[in-house]
Amino acid sequence: MSSLTAWERMEIIRNKNRPTVRDYIPELFKDFFEMHGDRFYGDDHAILGGVGSFKGTPVTVIAEVKGRNLKENQESNFAMPHPEGYRKAMRLAKQAEKFKRPVIFFVDTPGAFCGVAAEERGQGEAIARNLLELSTLKTPIITIVLGEGGSGGALALAVCDELAMLENAVYSVISPRGCASILWKDASREKDAANTLKITAEDMVEFGVAESIIKEPSGGAHNNFEMMAENISDYLEKTIKKLSKESIANLLENRYNKFRKIGEFIE
Amino acid sequence: MLEDLFKTVKSRFDQDVSSEKKSKVSIPADLLFKCPRCNNVIFMEDFVGANKVCKECGYHARLSARERLDIIIDKDSFVEYDKDMTSKNPIGFEDYEQKISSLQEKTGLKDGVVTGECTIKTKPCVIGVMDSNFMMGSMGSVVGEKITRAFERAIEKNLPVILFTASGGARMQEGIISLMQMAKTSAAVKRHSDKGLLYITVLTDPTTGGVTASFASLGDIIIAEPKVLIGFAGRRVIEGTIKQRLPDDFQSAEFLLEHGFVDMIVERKNMRRTLSKLLRHHGYPGLTNAQ
Repeated sequence: MSSLTAWERMEIIRNKNRPTVRDYIPELFKDFFEMHGDRFYGDDHAILGGVGSFKGTPVTVIAEVKGRNLKENQESNFAMPHPEGYRKAMRLAKQAEKFKRPVIFFVDTPGAFCGVAAEERGQGEAIARNLLELSTLKTPIITIVLGEGGSGGALALAVCDELAMLENAVYSVISPRGCASILWKDASREKDAANTLKITAEDMVEFGVAESIIKEPSGGAHNNFEMMAENISDYLEKTIKKLSKESIANLLENRYNKFRKIGEFIE
Repeated sequence: MLEDLFKTVKSRFDQDVSSEKKSKVSIPADLLFKCPRCNNVIFMEDFVGANKVCKECGYHARLSARERLDIIIDKDSFVEYDKDMTSKNPIGFEDYEQKISSLQEKTGLKDGVVTGECTIKTKPCVIGVMDSNFMMGSMGSVVGEKITRAFERAIEKNLPVILFTASGGARMQEGIISLMQMAKTSAAVKRHSDKGLLYITVLTDPTTGGVTASFASLGDIIIAEPKVLIGFAGRRVIEGTIKQRLPDDFQSAEFLLEHGFVDMIVERKNMRRTLSKLLRHHGYPGLTNAQ
């Protein structure tokens, strides 16, 4: 499938039958308990989090929630979090640190929500705080991009030790639509923008943003959910084992350097 | 969103236009400054003499990085870091190199931020000043790297960091690399903070997008200039979502102060003195008192 363009992959991840984190959680984690609220303002349904068991290891799972139908999407605001969503994520990540269990983030968002209430409650500050705190969180952090990795809204759950992309997932600084409307004053040229912006899983590995690509069934994750879940499970098993062997000091040093080395310039 | 910012100052203040005050005398335009907020026309010399603050309405116009340094730091104290660093074209974005080189020629800057060491009323610090004249101060590899290095050098030298922010956000021409600069700079802020060192941000017009969602919001102390635009999402994007016009003071410094995201609003004429006193409160005596 490596011959697909970014735009073709975007069409796959937009398939209405593409599995969401609500499908994966019962398949991957035993005895999952969802936890609610940021303890400051409210409970954002665009992000869910909780504790469960992955093959016998307790883990904290925090995820952006795409709906599987319109009703679910209205409830989860189409996976566009408000500040309280990011603050809930941070609270649960801190809880994971306290109880020494790994954090598994699932990213799947068009981006952080753009609205009046989000600005009033400090969308920028909420994202920034996560970037800062996660950089030294003393427990392994794994991020898996399931579909859409939309800019800062994705990055707030993606300061991690290892990042994996599902084969057709994309990760971008700006939505191709937004890019087209700024660059060519024509949002309908999003296809051109998608192919320009270098947003595919392969691009992410090349730039050092992702370490792994999790293979999808032919035609996309929706064509064989069991196989997709198994591939994610295999990846998690291997990666948790690997990260658990590292000392916390090494883990944090490597995490710092993972981001530290990204940037291209001439001196 | 980027293009939006170029228009913001004007459109935000369109309401209080008092067009009566227009000068009828014919004087070459570059000798005059017409305030985009109150439309008052004054001699450029007087406007520049007032550090580009309109004496009629208090509008704080955008400053270049050099102008900013001139009014904040001790004369001849500036030692610039990474002065020749310039950007590559990591995702092969159409016309990006040409855009960079023509802006370099036009502005005399290499990219959107100037960093270095200086003293402010003899107190040493690391300083960074973003410049909206260079691609609206957007953050790509160069801005991210220079800011990260500024924090790392401040850690080595046990110095506080002061950053003046002005940015349209992440630089889309560098794709995902620019998004990663948000994580990179924030991690450097954390290391600096964990050493017990002071970090002050001064938010100037405009501070938005990925810069708001990273180092700009992470200061121990967050100062803003009066009336400046500060926010995460672009105003037009939000207006498009809610299908109505936002009030003029939405995302202003005063709006952020009211909602608890800014510690204080400081006028430009008091900025140097304020920074100097805050440095003193945090144990940075001046070179002459240093051991």
